[in-house]
Amino acid sequence: MHPEDRRYSREHEWARDEGDGTVLVGITDYAQEHLGDIVFLELPPVGTQLDRNQKFGEVESVKSVSDIFSPVSGEVVAVNDVVVDSPEMVNEDPHGSGWLVRLRPSQPSEMDELMSAADYESMLESLE
Amino acid sequence: MTQQSASLTPPLRRTPLFERHVAAGARMVEFAGWEMPIQYEGILAEARAVRSSAGIFDVSHMGRFEITGADAAAFLSRVLTREVAGMRNQRARYTLICNQAGGIIDDTIVYRRGVEQFLLVPNAANASEVLGWLVRWREEWGQDVEFNVVTRETALIALQGPNAEAILQPNCAVDLSNFPAFRSVEAPVFGVQAVVGRTGYTGEDGFEMVLPAEAAPDVWNRLADAGATPCGLGARDVLRLEAGLLLHGSDMDATVTPLEAGLDRFVSWDTGEFIGLAAMQQMQGAGLSRVLVGFHLLERGIPRHGNDILDGETVVGSVTSGTHSPTLDMGIGLGYVAMGAPEPGTRLKIDIRGRRVEAEVASIPFYSRRR
Repeated sequence: MHPEDRRYSREHEWARDEGDGTVLVGITDYAQEHLGDIVFLELPPVGTQLDRNQKFGEVESVKSVSDIFSPVSGEVVAVNDVVVDSPEMVNEDPHGSGWLVRLRPSQPSEMDELMSAADYESMLESLE
Repeated sequence: MTQQSASLTPPLRRTPLFERHVAAGARMVEFAGWEMPIQYEGILAEARAVRSSAGIFDVSHMGRFEITGADAAAFLSRVLTREVAGMRNQRARYTLICNQAGGIIDDTIVYRRGVEQFLLVPNAANASEVLGWLVRWREEWGQDVEFNVVTRETALIALQGPNAEAILQPNCAVDLSNFPAFRSVEAPVFGVQAVVGRTGYTGEDGFEMVLPAEAAPDVWNRLADAGATPCGLGARDVLRLEAGLLLHGSDMDATVTPLEAGLDRFVSWDTGEFIGLAAMQQMQGAGLSRVLVGFHLLERGIPRHGNDILDGETVVGSVTSGTHSPTLDMGIGLGYVAMGAPEPGTRLKIDIRGRRVEAEVASIPFYSRRR
């Protein structure tokens, strides 16, 4: 359910090393399921410098608003314009075309401190 | 990701349809002390189903009081903002219950079932307060009226949408083509005796049915089999806001009067005497310091309860309800403003967590069904 090719934060973001010095960031399937229909996303402009765990945007469903935090430190090098225009994409494909931002990490070792898919799912079980 | 607000506090009451909701995979949440489905497939899909076809809602958490006795009509005419003494049998009315200051204790539907028989449906969150209020005034006035709470032994199912009549007619003995809005009748539905009213809270045609609790799961299943989409409270909130219907506890409470809430058409100004009338008449003469307005956003965003409303740079009020309207594809909301009675088109700003979003006053309802 949560792919093993990426790392996960306690705040339900995922980060995938793209192998080109950048990391793709999105929210997890659990997060989108929990939020329900997403209708609005606020994402930072390209060039924004983010610290680890810094709030970088908001994801808003019909019934609630949630902050999104950066799983690693780095610079925003791309924003997924498709999901800004079609927020339902995050519900439909949270781990794929529903990605949110691409970062250039300033501390690549921070990736190692995030959870594996198995650890993340264990955490989810403890939340149930 | 961190949700900015959440609540879940046991112990919670369950409706006769609780098992049905859980079996269908609905997401359950706490609402007014009850464990209720917030959504099944998704709020947007459910809202669409109600606008285009039909949906069913379990609203059994709302109160159901049988009110009977020789003085029942006279008593209710003094407690409710609309007189019921002249109300005909088999009619339903939307009405308010106000305190002496004209503040809205609750909004309810009252059904007349006979000369001395009524059914009152208060909001779940206010049911016990309303009952206490009724008892208090019965003692005060010494009237012959009995209250019988049947919330536990009955269920309340709302069937809403343009296909509601087509779904119900084959399973109901009454000719629904000759059964207008706010009519009510006692008739078998799927072979089960029910109080059926042509009422609702979605802006669509539809029915609300009070049924024996034990029969409710079967009726629910048969309505779903007949094509009605099970819907949760999330879709209900979106639909009622699109239809410009107020939610007690958000858009009105005991600190505001029907005049301020724009509900003066549900006040019988000229007939009889009821609690709160004098205060309202006084307020009518003195003028209103704030009024409820509807607004829609001119930019992307979703207004939420508590957001400031600005006229230029000045805060003039706050949002009481807000959502993304899937039918209109824009942010819509209600709120009280202290700026006279602004006309539709008047520009406002809504402060959405620090971002000031352009909005304009809109006429309510935001959405009206085609008739």
